Amino acid sequence: MVSFTFDGNPLKAPAGCTVAAALLAGGVSTFRTTPVSGMPRAPYCMMGACFDCLVEIDGVPNRQSCLITVETGMQVRTQRGLRSLAAQDRETQHAK
Amino acid sequence: MNTSDLIVIGGGLVGTALAYGAARGGAQVIVLDEGDDAFRASRGNFGLVWVQGKGFGMAPYARWTLRSATRWPELAAALAEETGIDVQLRQPGGFHFCFSEEEMHSRQERMQRICDDLGGEYCYEMLDHAALAAKLPGIGPDVAGASHTPMDGHVNPLKLLRALHTACQLRGVRLHGGHRTSRITRTAEGYEVEAGDQRFRAARVVLAAGLGNRELAAQVGLHAPVQPNRGQVLVSERVSKFLDHPTTYVRQTDEGTVQLGDSMEDVGLDDGTTADVLSTIARRGVRSFPALQSLRLVRAWGALRVMTPDGYPIYQESTQCPGAFVVTCHSGVTLAANHVFSIAPWIAGGDPPAGIQVFTGDRFLDPNQTFHHAH
Repeated sequence: MVSFTFDGNPLKAPAGCTVAAALLAGGVSTFRTTPVSGMPRAPYCMMGACFDCLVEIDGVPNRQSCLITVETGMQVRTQRGLRSLAAQDRETQHAK
Repeated sequence: MNTSDLIVIGGGLVGTALAYGAARGGAQVIVLDEGDDAFRASRGNFGLVWVQGKGFGMAPYARWTLRSATRWPELAAALAEETGIDVQLRQPGGFHFCFSEEEMHSRQERMQRICDDLGGEYCYEMLDHAALAAKLPGIGPDVAGASHTPMDGHVNPLKLLRALHTACQLRGVRLHGGHRTSRITRTAEGYEVEAGDQRFRAARVVLAAGLGNRELAAQVGLHAPVQPNRGQVLVSERVSKFLDHPTTYVRQTDEGTVQLGDSMEDVGLDDGTTADVLSTIARRGVRSFPALQSLRLVRAWGALRVMTPDGYPIYQESTQCPGAFVVTCHSGVTLAANHVFSIAPWIAGGDPPAGIQVFTGDRFLDPNQTFHHAH
């Protein structure tokens, strides 16, 4: 099993599953809020087409959780509305 | 049931604008649309309601464009009131970026020439890098400057198409999707149109079928030598608002999506995408706003737009076949207001609007002229 957190809360999931599957198995029902209306959303297609599974992973926003394998120690957070361009810019600086 | 006052061939932005305008005037209208797998320039544009730079050496087009931009708020309000759909018209002024002093110089010459031709009802300014950075924070160091006018704007073209379709239906326009027009023949009362497996009759018919107009025009004694012209676009994830103004290479939609574009290729009926054009578009976007470096792209598409040999519209009633019209243009978004308020009443039986006499299809039959469509 892999240990990770969602909005600071500890969760476990079988190794090899996607972050989206891991969150759903852990009872998470809101992954993001839409930028247009603020309404809650959860995954729909589970295959990378619908963009409803967007979450923030390890500080990087707007990640499609159905396309990413869950890893030990991952810090996953609700994607609230729009991603900020400036924030990503700082992350790019960090990575350097 | 298959008869009306007017048949509109083509249910895209041009056809539905004409149908809506005619219906507002009380006409019974039928729209015949090929279907969702048609090339659909309506889904292949940048959503700009754009005035600056157009009509260089063709003042009637500059004036025609300016008139439509001026009446666009009326169209947006009418659609909102009738359908409840907000097409997100914003006209805050627009920028065309230049990446060298040479580009600045030739852009200024172009803008000044148009301004002179229009005798003063056309205001623009050239902004150097510092002045541009004051208006658009985040502009890249490579951008030498820009031309700016308060006349330019943008709209959500997908919502516009939906709003026009909805407004048409609410006004009793009969829209037949999946009905590709194959033949138009004259009858005693007007015209019979064969589309899909049905026949439709009306006193008047207008061809608004985009690339399909070429073949259909010949059937009613009109000349519409339109060619496909491909544009490719990059669409990004939704990000927080960093750009309120439309620009020719980058715009941000009401929902936060960034759209990158501006390309023109003559590749026949190929609406695919290519890595070289897309990377040029991406590189220019990042040069314009370096923060876009980390922007995640969601999809790319290519679309075929409609181009006449000189790039300018055709608005013509057939002399051989009175009551048959052809309408074609490259800027179906910008010109939508004119199509609803000025062209549609003419198509429906009124007088031709001022300013369009030069836009005949016959102008392309002149053997002494050569044409190019640099826009």
